[in-house]
Amino acid sequence: MKNQVINVLLSGVGGQGTILASDILCSVFQEVGYDVKKAEVHGMAQRGGDVTTHFRFGKKVYSPLIKYGDVDFLIALELLEGLRNINWLRKDAKVLLNEQVTFPPAVTRGTMKYPVDVVKTFKKFFNGNTYSIKGLDIAIRCGDSRAVNIVTLGAFSNFFEIEEEIWERNLLEHLPKKVHDLNIQAFREGRKVLSLS
Amino acid sequence: MEKVLQGNYAIARGAWEAGVKVACAYPGTPSSEIIYAIGTLYKNDIQAEWSVNEKVSLEVASGASIVGARAMASMKHVGLNVASDPLMTLSYTGVKGGLLVVVADDPYSHSSQNEQDSRHWARFGKMPMLEPSDSQECKEFTKLSFDLSEQFDTPVLLRSETRVSHSFSIVKLGERKESTITLSFNKKETPKYTMVPIYVRQRRPLVEERMKKLEVFADAFQYNVMEINDPNIGVITSGVCYCYTKEVFPEYSYLKLGMVWPLPRKLIADFYKKVKKVIIVEELDPFLETEIRAMGYKVFHGKDVIPSIFELSPEIIEKALKGKKYKAPKERINTEELPKRPPNMCSGCSHRPLFYALKKLDLFVFGDIGCYTLAAAPPLNAIHTTICMGAGVGQAFGAAKVLGKEGLGKACAVLGDSTFLHAGVTPLMDVVYNKGNSTTIILDNWATGMTGLQEHPGTGFTITGEPTNKIDYEALARALGVEHVRKVDPYNIKETMEVIKEEVERDAPSVIVMVNGPCMLHRREKRKFEHPFYTIDTDKCRGCQMCLEIGCPAISWKDVSGEEAMTKDGHKRKGVVAINRLQCPGCGVCQQICKFEAIIPGKEEGGVQ
Repeated sequence: MKNQVINVLLSGVGGQGTILASDILCSVFQEVGYDVKKAEVHGMAQRGGDVTTHFRFGKKVYSPLIKYGDVDFLIALELLEGLRNINWLRKDAKVLLNEQVTFPPAVTRGTMKYPVDVVKTFKKFFNGNTYSIKGLDIAIRCGDSRAVNIVTLGAFSNFFEIEEEIWERNLLEHLPKKVHDLNIQAFREGRKVLSLS
Repeated sequence: MEKVLQGNYAIARGAWEAGVKVACAYPGTPSSEIIYAIGTLYKNDIQAEWSVNEKVSLEVASGASIVGARAMASMKHVGLNVASDPLMTLSYTGVKGGLLVVVADDPYSHSSQNEQDSRHWARFGKMPMLEPSDSQECKEFTKLSFDLSEQFDTPVLLRSETRVSHSFSIVKLGERKESTITLSFNKKETPKYTMVPIYVRQRRPLVEERMKKLEVFADAFQYNVMEINDPNIGVITSGVCYCYTKEVFPEYSYLKLGMVWPLPRKLIADFYKKVKKVIIVEELDPFLETEIRAMGYKVFHGKDVIPSIFELSPEIIEKALKGKKYKAPKERINTEELPKRPPNMCSGCSHRPLFYALKKLDLFVFGDIGCYTLAAAPPLNAIHTTICMGAGVGQAFGAAKVLGKEGLGKACAVLGDSTFLHAGVTPLMDVVYNKGNSTTIILDNWATGMTGLQEHPGTGFTITGEPTNKIDYEALARALGVEHVRKVDPYNIKETMEVIKEEVERDAPSVIVMVNGPCMLHRREKRKFEHPFYTIDTDKCRGCQMCLEIGCPAISWKDVSGEEAMTKDGHKRKGVVAINRLQCPGCGVCQQICKFEAIIPGKEEGGVQ
């Protein structure tokens, strides 16, 4: 009975495309037959702040918000924003970290230090369930740094047995035509970079 | 067909399916997407508009209703304060075509100046209020509102909130059905729509009768739902609170209210017969609890354990109801110690140099509602009040009144272009009429920026992108009687400071309009800067940190030691700054601040650093 609903927390920095990634998750999991709910948790509407979205799927989903401590999957588009949510995770949660660093204001001003060894910290608590990718490098290689969210989504798609065609079709439905090729490439590269055999 | 929709898009869809003809709003988080969606997806069937403010929204919608069309106005909670004047009397006149007012609350003030529980408006104004819990209900309740409105001759309130408006879930889509009411003017209905005392007294008893009828209706309303499971504990709740509570306590019995005003007395009595103890779970005020206690019932738990401030969540409800039995998840690290990431003005934003100028002039700045409230935060610290739309203009005048000549040169009011048009014109008229001397600075960034770059009467475009009249701020200010109207480019800090200094010291009302500073995220307009980006000449940077005072996200600090701790010409330094090429749009503000010529134009051929 427990854990009939799967909880995915996506976190990142405003402007990184966290919300778009979760929109795509919604469509994909709806298509394969699940009830889905998604909530966006962020402050004021401007850029640059931290953004998290709660995505949940299952037979019947009530709350749009994940209960604190019940996250099954963490997708972090930025390391500090991953670490900020580490306490939200279940003991056996799976963690996907995009090893990108964006300094918050206190760090750019030199009054605080950016946390060190974020990936190591995750490995300490989620040994064997922590995966990290260099999504920004891949996105730039694909032609646009902004595709980092889609690269990460591609990597995340490995956790589920859902056909690539379904992912890709839903992905394209959320994007304007002129960036289709770029994002398909970004998704495939992301999917390749992580193998979970 | 089923589709995953955001709550606000589901409301828009519901309006379309209900045959709505007119939909109006002033943008306000978390409600803005409703009219945006209508103006984009359903513009062939519904005339959508960005109104100048919420009061106008409701008045335009009610005019459409009086001639027989289904119409709606949507707004955030504080928007309903502005629209409350027509609303309270529209309750008396009732409607011809269905009239819906959507109000979106913002518990925790994610993007607002206060928390308000809008359910009080329904009781205060004597109108029915529906409260959806997910996107499907957003759509259904919106559609239903128009039937209810016409059936009971009343405006209907639909209360959403951040977590409903901005959450996504699956919606079953339906088709549009046009209203069958013939559009016409009917002068015979003058007593219904003309609220002079003699007609008010005719309408007043009808309002009470209507509420009695609605109470009876509520008992059988299909979305006031009883779920009997465990007979020991029953929860009375509504909206997203139902989702949270059901998530944590699926075994309890529930009375889920789709209509939160008026309350279904018989149904509540029935529920009390079926369960032993009743818990009331509601966000913000004890609205249901107060009413249910007043009916004479015992409430086992309500606001004694459920917080009455901020947003609720599954764990808050679990913790409140389990008390000592609640087991908190294990804390792995102390995340409070991590550097926070608050929102910041974009790099290149035209507000940044202006607020830097205001800070250097050491002015007391009466602020307003918009992105620029971010200037209240360090390092700018250059906004000293924020109350509501337009408030700063009147407040600056009030302060000037008591300080007289003493106050000259010490303060000013700032507000955005959209905010000025929303509620800043009337206080400016007041300043001139009552012989004030305060200075009003209009931060024109060519859009209602913070809520997502909506059009307004100063942009020259309508919601559908059609060209329209464009307000000339200078001509408007002059028409109000302001003789001293100046225009300044905020990216020129020296000139900006000179102009502001002259005007705040002047013993006469003045207006300064910031020009040529479109929002950095503007889709249609881009400010052209002289250089594509700036970079640091590390031979010259002395690490004085002056450029960090503007809080630009593209500029960062790096400690240095050894050889690096010295400039080329032999000055000691503790660190140097760097400019992130990817984030710098080349606005040149930092370059004007640097005293050591260490910030220099970057060259494209250098490639990405």
